[in-house]
Amino acid sequence: MADRRRVNIPFGPQHPALKEPESFLLTLGGEKILAAGVRLGYNHRGIEKACEERTYIQDLYLVERVCGICSHSHSTCFVQAVEEIAGLQIPKRAVYLRTLIAELERIHSHLLWLGVAGHEVGFDTLLMYTWRDREVVMDLLAALTGNRVNYGMNTIGGVRRDITPEQAGQILTAMDVLEERTRYYIGVVTEETTLINRLSNVGKLSYDDAVHLGAVGPTARASGVDRDVRRDDPYAAYEDVSFKVITDTHCDVYGRAVVRVLELMEAYSIVRQLLKKLPDGPVTVKAPRKIPAGEAVGRYEAPRGENVHYVKANGTDKPERVKVRAPTLANVQVVAHMLKDGYLADMPIVVAAIDPCFSCTDRLIAVAHAEPRPPETLTWDELRTYGIDWYRKRGVDFTHLNRTFGNGAT
Amino acid sequence: MDDVLFQLTALFHVLVFPGFVFLVLVALFAEWVDRMLYARLQNRIGPPWFQPFADFLKLVAKQEIVPELADKGMFKLTPLVALASVVTALLYIPLWSHDALFAFPGDVIVVMYLLTIPTVTFFLGGWYSRSMFSMIGAARTLMQLFAYEIPLFLSILAPALLANTWSLTAMSHYYAAHPAYAAFNVIGFCVALVALLGKLERVPFDSPEAETEIVAGAFTEYSGRRLAFFRLAISIEMIVGASLLAAVFLPFGLGLGSVAGFVLYLVKVFAIVAVLTLMRTLFARLRIDQMINFCWKIGAPVAFVQLLIDLIAKGALGV
Repeated sequence: MADRRRVNIPFGPQHPALKEPESFLLTLGGEKILAAGVRLGYNHRGIEKACEERTYIQDLYLVERVCGICSHSHSTCFVQAVEEIAGLQIPKRAVYLRTLIAELERIHSHLLWLGVAGHEVGFDTLLMYTWRDREVVMDLLAALTGNRVNYGMNTIGGVRRDITPEQAGQILTAMDVLEERTRYYIGVVTEETTLINRLSNVGKLSYDDAVHLGAVGPTARASGVDRDVRRDDPYAAYEDVSFKVITDTHCDVYGRAVVRVLELMEAYSIVRQLLKKLPDGPVTVKAPRKIPAGEAVGRYEAPRGENVHYVKANGTDKPERVKVRAPTLANVQVVAHMLKDGYLADMPIVVAAIDPCFSCTDRLIAVAHAEPRPPETLTWDELRTYGIDWYRKRGVDFTHLNRTFGNGAT
Repeated sequence: MDDVLFQLTALFHVLVFPGFVFLVLVALFAEWVDRMLYARLQNRIGPPWFQPFADFLKLVAKQEIVPELADKGMFKLTPLVALASVVTALLYIPLWSHDALFAFPGDVIVVMYLLTIPTVTFFLGGWYSRSMFSMIGAARTLMQLFAYEIPLFLSILAPALLANTWSLTAMSHYYAAHPAYAAFNVIGFCVALVALLGKLERVPFDSPEAETEIVAGAFTEYSGRRLAFFRLAISIEMIVGASLLAAVFLPFGLGLGSVAGFVLYLVKVFAIVAVLTLMRTLFARLRIDQMINFCWKIGAPVAFVQLLIDLIAKGALGV
């Protein structure tokens, strides 16, 4: 009888609440979630491997496409690591411009999140309002870089475009508009009763759990974890500007919403400071085509949390190894924990509250066995043989074709 | 001969005006008003006027899939029952004159029950679809039914109590004779509006079909013609519900003759639709437990206050 009260429902990989394929298996007892499992691996694109086969300049555009929202964070993170290996000194103006684009990206990402959060709790009016206002910053990014999403601003040794004084004026005007709108949203988030009812005490994550499970970004900061790469390990121009690291002690989705809207206000202030202090000079230095052997780790505070890129160079024009750790990977572990003992109705907003980017996260698939086994490593040939056998068992055999076309392997 | 004429007239009333055809047109138009207003309030452009008609025709023309596991009979029957019951309910509501098309003592109860049937069919249709999402949606539909039905019944029956009748037509005559008495029922009107939101499964009470959680709730497995009928039934339910509220709580201007009365009726109904739209714009979706708490802890007691007011008024006025 007890078992009949438990229902397993698949949440994904295709589901209206998910913008990307991702699978959550929920065990429900009525409306309550008794257990939740997260399964990644629907969007593996082999970007890391592809990076090894391309030159550094090509890789720059490839890693920019890891994420469709925080594209600049990945390209900056990668380029910082490469420049560190090459020992390049980047002109001050280029560093400022990178930071400027980074903060504009944070603004558009946080506004986007606020809209998505509204939609997940059935508050579509908030979605429509925030996405309308987000267009202001999207237009700005398009005017500055030529693109709305993949800006293509970075290059090894600096940035590819300079900004004019008129553009700086446009940015400042836009910041005033957005700041006023954001004040309104802060009011909505902190005063609208039905919204607060839906966000408070949902997806609880205590300080200890946040630290223990390694949460990053606004998810961690809303649990009182005072951690921000921009301040703790300053990169780009963050040393030259002053800003507050927003933390909150609500430890729930409400706290995460508050952290994000307040971070928007900090972002406007950072953009203004950057434009005020923007130094003159060139925006790029000449970078060598071949990067000397060495390795480096780039850290970057993306809108979703700490982004890490590891690059190993071997003296050629192609990297030996590139490793991308998107912020969602750190946060996705937290989701399963937060879902447990919650309501099914809160599932979409709890998942959305980490501002997930599942496609960015998919790096490799690890299959967990029911009984523990030692990890296996397959070489390329073994993997190929395994694949051929797998299909042969199911009646699909390409041996004949392979022989015909001279690939040889059986 | 007279007998045949009477039957033909009755058939015309039921099928064309103010029955099925008229209702479909008004309901689809109201759906457009709702969507347009919703869009404008959200700073969007909104659909053209024929969009609901186009949506309906498109759905009717689409292929229909009946899930293999579903109970075929129930799955196919429920949309028609839903549609039939909401259309029938209208026949007993006074629209633009004091008299409804048909009336008998106790018709207010019948109308309330006819308006409950669609919700029950949503539950049955969802339950017999045998898909996880529709079963959860169906369970929520039923839970929601138990939450809003009490405040709705209480708030509609309180004015009937004051009028000392269980017939909507007689109520309409009573409030026409004593227009000021309608002022006693303002609280009930507010409660009924909120409960109607729950009945229509609209934001903030749309958790039975919350798309971000359970896809389309009870309607997840429905497609093509039967989904079109369900959607039409909901649109018509909005009009019938608004007509009921207008008849019970806004019993003004019913003696103005057919043209002026008709215009006034449409004004009342679309005013109520506009209020429903406004509420949908303003709020986030409540969780089902929050919804039930709200209806039982606030809705029902306030409706009881309305009942009390009417009882006291009845005693004081000596009717």
